[in-house]
Parts: sequence; structure tokens; C-alpha cells
Amino acid sequence: MHPVLTLVIQRLALGLLLLLAASVLIFVGTQILPGDVAQAILGQGATEQALQNLRAELGLDQPAFTRYFDWLFSALQGDLGTALSNGLDIATSIGGRLQNTLFLAAVAACISVPLAIFLGLLAVRYRDRWPDRLISAITLTSISLPEFLLGYVIMYFFSVQWGLFPSVSNINDGMTFLEKLNAVALPAIVLTLVVLAHMMRMTRAAILNVMQSAYIETAELKGLRRFTIIARHAMPNAIAPIVNVVMINLAYLVVGVVVIEVVFVYPGMGQYLVDHVAKRDVPVVQACGLIFATIYIGLNLLADIISILSNPRLRHPK
Amino acid sequence: MNDEFRYLLTRAARGKLDRRAFLGRAAALGVTSTAATGLLSKAVLAQGPRRGGSLVMGMQGGESTNSLDPALAASQVPYVYLRVSGEPLVNIMPDGSLDGRIAEEWTASSDATNWRFKIRSGVEFHNGQTVTAEDVAQTLRRHSNEESQSGALGIMRGITDIAVDGDTLVLTTDGPNADLPYLLADYHLMIQPNGGMDDATAGIFAGAYKWVENEPGVRHVLEKFENYWDDSAGHFNSIEMLVINDSTARNSALQSGQVQLINRVEPRVAGLLSRAPGVTVESTAGRGHYVFIMHCNTAPFDNNDLRMALKLGINRQDMVDRILRGYGSVGNDMPINASYPLFDDTIPQREYDPDQARFHYERSGHSGPIDLRVSDVSFPGAVDAAQLFKESAAAAGIDINIIREPGDGYWSETWNVQPFCASYWGGRPVQDQMYSTAYLSTADWNDTRFFNDHFDELLLEARGELDQTRRKAIYSEMGMMVRDEGGLICPMFNDFIDAYNDQITGWVTNPNLELMDGRAPVLMWSAE
Repeated sequence: MHPVLTLVIQRLALGLLLLLAASVLIFVGTQILPGDVAQAILGQGATEQALQNLRAELGLDQPAFTRYFDWLFSALQGDLGTALSNGLDIATSIGGRLQNTLFLAAVAACISVPLAIFLGLLAVRYRDRWPDRLISAITLTSISLPEFLLGYVIMYFFSVQWGLFPSVSNINDGMTFLEKLNAVALPAIVLTLVVLAHMMRMTRAAILNVMQSAYIETAELKGLRRFTIIARHAMPNAIAPIVNVVMINLAYLVVGVVVIEVVFVYPGMGQYLVDHVAKRDVPVVQACGLIFATIYIGLNLLADIISILSNPRLRHPK
Repeated sequence: MNDEFRYLLTRAARGKLDRRAFLGRAAALGVTSTAATGLLSKAVLAQGPRRGGSLVMGMQGGESTNSLDPALAASQVPYVYLRVSGEPLVNIMPDGSLDGRIAEEWTASSDATNWRFKIRSGVEFHNGQTVTAEDVAQTLRRHSNEESQSGALGIMRGITDIAVDGDTLVLTTDGPNADLPYLLADYHLMIQPNGGMDDATAGIFAGAYKWVENEPGVRHVLEKFENYWDDSAGHFNSIEMLVINDSTARNSALQSGQVQLINRVEPRVAGLLSRAPGVTVESTAGRGHYVFIMHCNTAPFDNNDLRMALKLGINRQDMVDRILRGYGSVGNDMPINASYPLFDDTIPQREYDPDQARFHYERSGHSGPIDLRVSDVSFPGAVDAAQLFKESAAAAGIDINIIREPGDGYWSETWNVQPFCASYWGGRPVQDQMYSTAYLSTADWNDTRFFNDHFDELLLEARGELDQTRRKAIYSEMGMMVRDEGGLICPMFNDFIDAYNDQITGWVTNPNLELMDGRAPVLMWSAE
């Protein structure tokens, strides 16, 4: 078998194993949350009788071991169960939320990834001169500010003062694609500012590393334009670290944006998960955890595979 | 005001001239837009409600876990959407009187144990069915079932029999209860077809608005129910409720005009928000109060001198000024204030008195730190309030040790479990209900562990007493007992702070609960 194929299969198997381990952790984690589902659902106003009735109805009296395997096998068949708190089908509810989350992440990624890489190349081209300094200063400032503050500042100017975009990014099925784009403009801008610096700095550092090589000097002596050297000759050899950082940031855009969702009232997975943690709605928390773990592991797996494939020594073994 | 301006104003108020055109023409006549807006909103209010337009609300207190089953409602968004889509037997009016809704009229037997409610004829459910006495009876049966998970189970306990006699609902209680109709105004008790026994989450009610879209924790869309029986309510064509739990996001949405009405404005920004153009902030004194509660049966709080020392060692005015920023009033260590019917305003106000506090503290013989448990969720600003309490008590030689508890699980692990913690109450429409809920010896939520036989007797006596003067005297005596012997430290009553912009009008102050007792969307109307 081709060694690359073996490597990829090994990676995939490792990913699956990791996912299984994550499922155990998620299950155990939800079991040791303090408090009690019935109390959380019924709130401060619950009477003892109502609590007991609800606990019995939810089947909380069975052993954790049995519940884990029941849950895992149903999840594998795509059945995530129903939410304890409002009786809605979890797969259906999550479907809509996940779609929204992926939409926002995709919009933010479409802006931020090309922009970050372009700015990274530009920074290398004008290394240690004012464009490099300016790019670094702006991106590092935006990553250093807390997300919610960045959100409020942008909301204040773009929505309250200038009225360009809505401050409430509520999207629903009745909207056209352009209306949706308009609605998510502000959160997408904030997310871009948040992830830009990391990817841009990594691109810059990885390419600068390659720029020390002898073959770059050869290219310079051939009289190639400096930007062509960076983009065509240095960049391909710096792909592996860049892809890793891009994937980490993409994963972040999917699983880590709950603060932005709250600030811009965006109906994504983050808020959905937090609400259900607060209500001890264990099946939903587990389902969300599993989906997040899958996305995280999947994207990192993809980064690994791209790094392997981008390495000519692995693609063409002797 | 010249004739031409007056003419423009009338046309604008009737909706014949749009707002922007009106302001433009007013400016041409030399009237500033602030003055013109003010005059216009007065003129619109004087014109009375106008049908049409749509309302978008931004609300705190909604979660993805919310259900359409009225029994499970516990937070603000379900509370308001039930008020908007549902119809109860009765409503409580701003002045504390009762307004018959599904119940047209009611009578009680002379001992107040047997009540007859005549059901209004011609009221329709959203599915076209007519509301019958049987539907009402089934609704009450579902909520009073011991196996139900209803938030109204506690208040339904006293009802021993629910029967139907033609178009009349007959309720029998286990003892005299002069306030029974008030209990039936509870927001969980929205009438459903067959009482919701078939499908409690169907969203079929008999209120002014019917359900169009329900995305829990995100948005709720309702439209006017054309066959609603009462023309004096339900002026908007549609109502959209957006769940905006973040305070800053809510304020921005109101300022940018994306929503017209918001709840829960934070006291620290209320003053700033009221200065924004076109925004009106409404602060309503209500019955909600923030409390520190001690278990009267647990050491060291089983000593009344220690309880009194702590009550005297708290600076109430300071808390109203700093925690509520003035949007509230001082408490008097009883759960009742002037917003309640039959309140006795001659009861002296307890003041901060470190010397007296020290005297009682020394007489209690207690020494060492006293643990006070508190969390961010106890009430807004609870942790800061506990710090103020610690400082003011320290001046009397009392050492309060603040323990911060996580917000998660606070209501199951700390409140009503630990002997000394911070909490809040939303208040109840009448004194009887407040005392029965939390101060009767047998109450589920007797969170101060207040066991006093004489108090229980007085409560039952007042419940059956139809002579209001005598009743007021009994409530006064009970208030004094809680104030002087109870485990409640009540430093402040909080106001409800809501805000709306100039696209809507018709606000009426209602002390029952926030957003005009949750009925602002149904009672206000479009000003455009």
C-alpha cells in the first residue's frame, strides 16, 4: 500500500478512537454537574412532589453505565433523543442551529482566511517596514480586546450611530441569502477581527522561516519579483503550519463563538448549548458535545492530512 | 400653537400623515422636532388605541428550553407569551381590582368556601372551538393534579373540588378564602381546550394573539386572533418577541429601532438610556423584593437577638441608592409594601442603627463569623449588596463571612437549604398569597423556617374575613410578627424598569409585574 494511504488511514483510526474517548468524557462530565435536572427545569418555584414526578418521568433512576451505552448506540444511528426540558426532538432542533453556526462560521472564514494569508504575505514582503508594523499592530490590538467589547464597539458605530447593519442578527428560513448576509455582517466582522491575528502572524512566521533557505536566494538572483518569490516559492513549503493554524481557527469559529452569539442575538449552537447546560438538559448537552468534538477532531484530522499531502517526501517515497 | 400646526398634529395622530412628513412640516413651521414629537405622542394617546402595525419586542429571560406548556413556564419570555396568547379566568387591574376575562362574574358563599364563576359565552379558542366551563374545569384539574409539574400546583392546593354546573364553574375550597379569584389570575392558569389534557404544548389558547412561529430561546411570532372577544385589547396585527438576554444588545436594539419595547433595563444604565432620542424608560414600583434570609430554626439564627442584630445592622437606604441606583424603595423586614391592598402604612420603618445592633448582638451571646451565602443569580447586584451588608454590620461588631456560591444550581443547593443566603421574591397580588407561599409553617417555600402557630391562625382567620377593616388589622399584626420575629431581612423593593421607543404608545403603570403585568404588547398600540 502507498505509504501516504497508510498514514491517512492511521490518522482516521486515531480520530475515531479520540472521538470515542471524547464521548466518554462528555458523558462523565454531564453526570458530575452539580444540581439536579428536575430542579433546574422547574426552577425556584418547584415543589417536592413536582420534582419527584419529573425525576421518575425522566428515568434518572437508572445506572449511569446502562445510560451511556443506550445513548452511544442511539447516537450512532442518528437518534439523539428528545430534550428533557421542552420535549422537542434534539436532532431537528440542533439541525437548524448547526446550520446557522456553520453559516456564520463560513461567512467569517471566507473573509478572514484569504485576508489573513494575504496580509501575512504582505507583511513578509515589507518586513520590518511600516506596512508590516501597521498590519501587526492592528491585528494584535483586535485580538487583545475581549470579543464582547469589540462587539459592543462595532455595534455602537455600525448599528446605533450609522445604521448600516442590524444589531440583532436574528436569521430565519424566511430570509433570502442576501438578507441573511446583511444580518450576520456585524458578527462576521467581529469574528474576522478575532481570528485574523493568529492566522496572519503564523503565515508571516512560517514564510519568514522558509525565506532563510538557499533556494530563495537563488530565486532572488534569478531576478524574480519579491512578491512572486513569497507567494510561489516560499508559501508552498510553509503550508503545513499555516493549515494547522487555519483549521484551529475554523474550529474556533464553529465551537467557540457563544459570546458573539449572545451579544448579537445569533441563534447558533453556542447559546443553545449554554441554555441546556443551565437547565441540566443532559441529552442535549451530550449531543452538542459530541457534535463539537466531531467538528474539532474532523478539522484537525483534515489539517494533518493536508500537511502530509503537502510534503513531497511523503508523496513521492524512494 | 397655530392652526396649521394643530391641523397637522390631528392628521398625524389619526395616522393620515406619516410621522416623518409631520416632523418635516412642523420644522417648516418653526417647531423643533423634540417639541413636535412630544406633542404628537400626547395627541396620539388622546386619540385612543389604533389598530394596525406590528410590534417587535426584545426580551430578557428566554431559553432554548422554554415550552408552550403553561404549567412549565418560569421565566419572563414564557410569562409574556402566555399573557399575549392565553386568556385566564380573571386579570388583576393596576389598581388591584379584578377584571373578569373568561369568567364573566363570580359569587361566593357567605363563608367564602364555595365559589361560582359564570363562564363568558362566545369566547373562542384559536382552533375555532368555543370555550366551555368544562374546558376551564379541565384546565384547573390539570394544574391541581398532584402528579402535574405545574408551577401553579402550590396555589391550587386549597381547592378540594372542581365541578361544572351548566355554564358555571363551581369551586370548593378546604377553608374560607376571600382571595380565591386573585389566585386564579396566575399566569400558568391559561385556559386550554380540554384543559390541555390532550396536548399541553399545542399553543392553542383563547387570547388576543395566536401562534405563528415558536423557536424557543430565539424568537416567537404571534398574529392577531381575529375572533378575539374583546375589542379593547390586541391592537397590533402581529407581535414578534426576540430573545435578547444581553443587556447591552437589548438597549442597542431599542436605540437603533430594531425593537420597540424591551424589559429589564439595568438600573445602572436606565438614566443613560432615558436620554437617548425617542426612548422612554418606565420605572414601576412593584412587589418584588431582594432579601437575605435566615432559618429561624437553625443555630445561630434560632436566637431572635441575633436576627434582630442583623436586621438593625443593614443600611437599607444605602442599598437602594447603590444597588438599585434609586430605582426602588427601602424594605421593612416584611414581604409587604404599599403596593399591596390592605397595607398598613403606620408600621414604623426600621432604620440602620449600629448601636442597637451591637446591643442585640452582645445579648445573643454569639461570637465568631457568620456565613452568608450569595451568588450573582441571587438577585442583580447581590454580591455587591452582601459586601455593603458586611461593612455596615462590621460597624456594629458583627463579622459576616461572605461565601460565593456558583450560579449554577444555586436554587437547588443553596436557597431553601443553607441557613443564611441571599434571594429574591417576585411578590404576589395579595398579602394572603405572599404569606401562604412563604411564611405559613406548612408552606413548601417557607425559606426562613418561620414556624409560628399564632401567625398561622391569624393567616387563616384573615383569609375567611370579609370585613376589610378587621382584615387590614390582622395583616398589620402579621406584618409586625414577621418584621420583629421572622428570619427575613428585606433591605429593598426593586422597581421594574422597562423601555419603549416613540413608535408605540399607550403605557399604563401596572405594579403587578414587569411590562404592565405582561400585557403591554396587548394593550399598547402603534404611534406611527
